[in-house]
Amino acid sequence: MSSELETLYQQVILDHARRRSGFGLSDVATARHHELNPTCGDEITVGIALDADGAIQTLGWEGQGCSISMASASVMSELCANRDAAEVRAMIDDFRTMLRSRDGGEPPESLEDAVAFQGVARFVMRIKCAMLGWVALEACLDQLSTRDAAAPAAS
Amino acid sequence: MTTPADAASVAGLADDVRSDFPALRDERGSAYLDSAATSQTPRQVMDAERAFVDAGTAAVHRGASEATGRATLAFEDARADVARFVGARDDEIVWTQNATDALNMVALGMADASAGLGDPRFALGPGDEILVTEAEHHANLIPWQRLARRTGATLRWVPVREDGTWSIDDARVALNTRTRVFAFAHVSNVTGLIAPAAELAELAHAVGATVVLDACQSVPHMPVDLAALGVDFAAFSGHKMLGPTGIGVLSGRAEALAALPPARTGGSTITTVTMTDAEFLPPPQRFEAGTQPVTQAIGLGAAVRYLEGVGTARLHAREQQLAAALMDAAASVDGVHIVGPAAGHERAALVSVVVDGVHAHDVGQFLDARGVAVRVGHHCAQPLHRRLGVAATTRASAYLYTSDDDVARFATALAEVRPFFGVTP
Repeated sequence: MSSELETLYQQVILDHARRRSGFGLSDVATARHHELNPTCGDEITVGIALDADGAIQTLGWEGQGCSISMASASVMSELCANRDAAEVRAMIDDFRTMLRSRDGGEPPESLEDAVAFQGVARFVMRIKCAMLGWVALEACLDQLSTRDAAAPAAS
Repeated sequence: MTTPADAASVAGLADDVRSDFPALRDERGSAYLDSAATSQTPRQVMDAERAFVDAGTAAVHRGASEATGRATLAFEDARADVARFVGARDDEIVWTQNATDALNMVALGMADASAGLGDPRFALGPGDEILVTEAEHHANLIPWQRLARRTGATLRWVPVREDGTWSIDDARVALNTRTRVFAFAHVSNVTGLIAPAAELAELAHAVGATVVLDACQSVPHMPVDLAALGVDFAAFSGHKMLGPTGIGVLSGRAEALAALPPARTGGSTITTVTMTDAEFLPPPQRFEAGTQPVTQAIGLGAAVRYLEGVGTARLHAREQQLAAALMDAAASVDGVHIVGPAAGHERAALVSVVVDGVHAHDVGQFLDARGVAVRVGHHCAQPLHRRLGVAATTRASAYLYTSDDDVARFATALAEVRPFFGVTP
């Protein structure tokens, strides 16, 4: 097997592409966002609900696409569950930075299984695939914070 | 011109031409199976462009210098080369940016006519119909959507079947006396279906419709005589026929071009200009506003002469071999489904496939790592893919330099895709 392919399609990615953790959208989601990659037609909808403390209580997603986009959403849903919004945003930033980094520096440990996607950075046409679910999640968080800002303070 | 193509010369085409293509010289390089997207360039084309530029480039049809005269002659010679190649008159060839631009110029010209600018022959309004097919490339769909919106005309389409094909009978049902425009691809960039353009043009003309042919996938690959086909307008691009990017062609029957308002206006298109109005030159200059892609036109002229040297009959015969070989390659792999005409039916030398359980992008990535360059995605034909029930397909397409070995590499790599991604038969 060529090493280039293995750099991209790490076993953890191939496994997650089939497993699809978090697949399915929950009725309790308070924010939803649909993201489309127009170059290939891949699409993912992410739905989340936060608990009273602002942590992610529910994170589900549905969509169809390549193994990179599906595996990335799967890893994301495992990684982000039960974390608070600020923590998740930091993780999204770390993930994006890792994908945009061409020098292959050491990825942050916080990304855990998601470091498997570091190899995607070398395949410029696939970065959008890996980001698709994460961008949708970010948009969900944006929706909630906009709503919070618009609503009068609860306390 | 074309010579009778004997079997040995047909099969040996790739060997004969391969050394003219620097990008393909390295035999260990990738098997390039994406010519339907863009073709590789023979050195003769780059040589022609370089010779022109090195001798002193200039704008055309303006000024009085020796260089301007030389550029104008070379530019017009290239036009004559292209005209001869597609069976058109010199003044029936308009340079455009690309084929998309050419199709837009027709649609936008009709929009101008509908707004009362120029000859009313192409004016459309409510009650009129524009007919396309469900298999069109976005370039031959969206301009017509916009024209319908602008004019109140109705956009209709010939539906495709589950395999992405359609027939002349389907077109006969869709055409009626309200049809004012029928725009279709001569050869589908996804299914490889070859439309019976002459018969379709005759049907459309019988109801008074203007026929617009997307010839992007036909002119580079087979003998095409636009006069014999009888279409009113045809569009094709330079970079799919060994020429440079940045140049395409709108060809139109002389009387149709003369009636089409120029969608783009400006310098070089006019006779008399006052502060409130302008009169336009006859075609083709009427449509060629602004500084022209002179080097690219000269490159395209050289590409056409190269193809004439090969002979389009020999080229087409070889492509029929390659079409069958690509079909065999795809059909040999379990879990691979071919889109478009079934084996044994005529098709262009391209094959699009769906691989069970593996997304097209993953297929393309895998093939690329195996040294086989294909195209994956919706190939700018989303409605067709929606009809096929898939978001994307994997397309392998051939040209004169494609070798049997290239096709064999495709077959071998394709067979490894599903095992790699852990999809069991």
